[in-house]
Amino acid sequence: MQSQAKPIIGVLALQGAVEAHKLHIEACGAEFKPVKTAKDFEYIDAFIIPGGESTTMLKLIERFNLWDILKDQFSKKPVWGICAGSILLAKTVLNPEQESFNILPITIKRNGYGRQLDSHYAKIDGYEVSFIRAPIISEIDESVKILASHKSTPVWVKYSDIMATTFHPELTMKYPSPMHRAFIDLI
Amino acid sequence: MSDNKPSQNNVMNIKTGLAEMLKGGVIMDVVTAEQAKVAENAGAVAVMALERVPSDIRKAGGVARMSPPEIIEEVMNAVSIPVMAKCRIGHFAEAQILQEIGVDYIDESEVLTPADEEYHINKHDFKVPFVCGAKNLGEALRRIGEGAALMRTKGEPGTGNIVEAVRHMRRINAEIKRVQNIDESELMTIARDMGAPYELLKIVRKEGRLPVPNFAAGGIATPADAAICMQLGAETVFVGSGIFKSDNPDKFAKAIVKATAHYDDPAIVLEASKELDGVAMRGTEISEIDEPMLMANRGW
Repeated sequence: MQSQAKPIIGVLALQGAVEAHKLHIEACGAEFKPVKTAKDFEYIDAFIIPGGESTTMLKLIERFNLWDILKDQFSKKPVWGICAGSILLAKTVLNPEQESFNILPITIKRNGYGRQLDSHYAKIDGYEVSFIRAPIISEIDESVKILASHKSTPVWVKYSDIMATTFHPELTMKYPSPMHRAFIDLI
Repeated sequence: MSDNKPSQNNVMNIKTGLAEMLKGGVIMDVVTAEQAKVAENAGAVAVMALERVPSDIRKAGGVARMSPPEIIEEVMNAVSIPVMAKCRIGHFAEAQILQEIGVDYIDESEVLTPADEEYHINKHDFKVPFVCGAKNLGEALRRIGEGAALMRTKGEPGTGNIVEAVRHMRRINAEIKRVQNIDESELMTIARDMGAPYELLKIVRKEGRLPVPNFAAGGIATPADAAICMQLGAETVFVGSGIFKSDNPDKFAKAIVKATAHYDDPAIVLEASKELDGVAMRGTEISEIDEPMLMANRGW
């Protein structure tokens, strides 16, 4: 209640599905801002790490020396990892093993359902979403809250002000998605 | 199958959805598992598994066909990023084989020798998404009408010469602007002249862009080539011969990825251009190419 200014949601725009978030974020009364460099990070209120290729994002984070800066930002502001983004936040990554920010106590298996032929739709919380070469959360610490499951594994989880979804609500053109709403409510 | 159809019309096609995930990235042509690993390690968002890169296809002459399945499977086993593969224009049986292998995207590509000079593949018949090339808006919308989930410029593959990709990108942009600016009553005539499906042209007029993502391909050989394509509106770049026909594939791959991520920041594109540690592929002037080897003219 301190300020009436719109919260600014920064979508990490090194690579991936960035623009698709714009109308969802605006429908929640917040401002959409693609962010790539440390100076952009200061002015945002919450981060979305979008879907894309987790290996590509990792390489770019390393190459542009953003690792420590992002880790510091994630400790101060709400962050939501989507698909590739959820892989970057997880404690442990499998298939193959790879580095991560290790701030969400889950184990996640990349391409858990298979390849593109196994990509599919599902209804989560009454809202239609897409699973695209999606990962599967194979282990989860009891401190992590499960907000939704699909095919008997958690797909939408929350831990303090860290949120993760293994699916894509941003590709659905009914604005805003309940996941965007829930995330922006964390601010 | 029912799982792959949304119950309402408000969810983006799952095929186009994968293309959304590839945005802002570089898709690299590779011919072996080792090259695929170099590409993945450099930060490629996907690889295109081939028997030969386009410049070698030009040199070899003869008929260029789908790659042997063993090569594609070897690449699929080597990396965790999406793997694409090419079939000949109109060769739906090659596409069926690629779907059976389980590739993530099929490129119905003018780089290979066309199998059908009249009909492209009915891509709606497939569960695997397709990418196709186009030189202009009408061609792009015909391919989307047939079910392509992603478009790219044709450019002139295997030349290391960006001029055709730039021409195609600018042409599509100009035609989109024209469609946005005309009176709606003129739209059917434009559709007839362009040979574009009317309903898709209406979407272009309303949205000011193609109904699927639009990437650039054909002749990209340097970080600056990637940057010009992205600044002209491409959402991702395909690099064919440009990486593994350069002096230093690892450095070229990394530099092009870096320049693509920050295409709008000349300071970073400069930095990337200084990290090549070798010269780019030699390149070919388009007028030196014999007419039948102009790949952009294949398909309609």
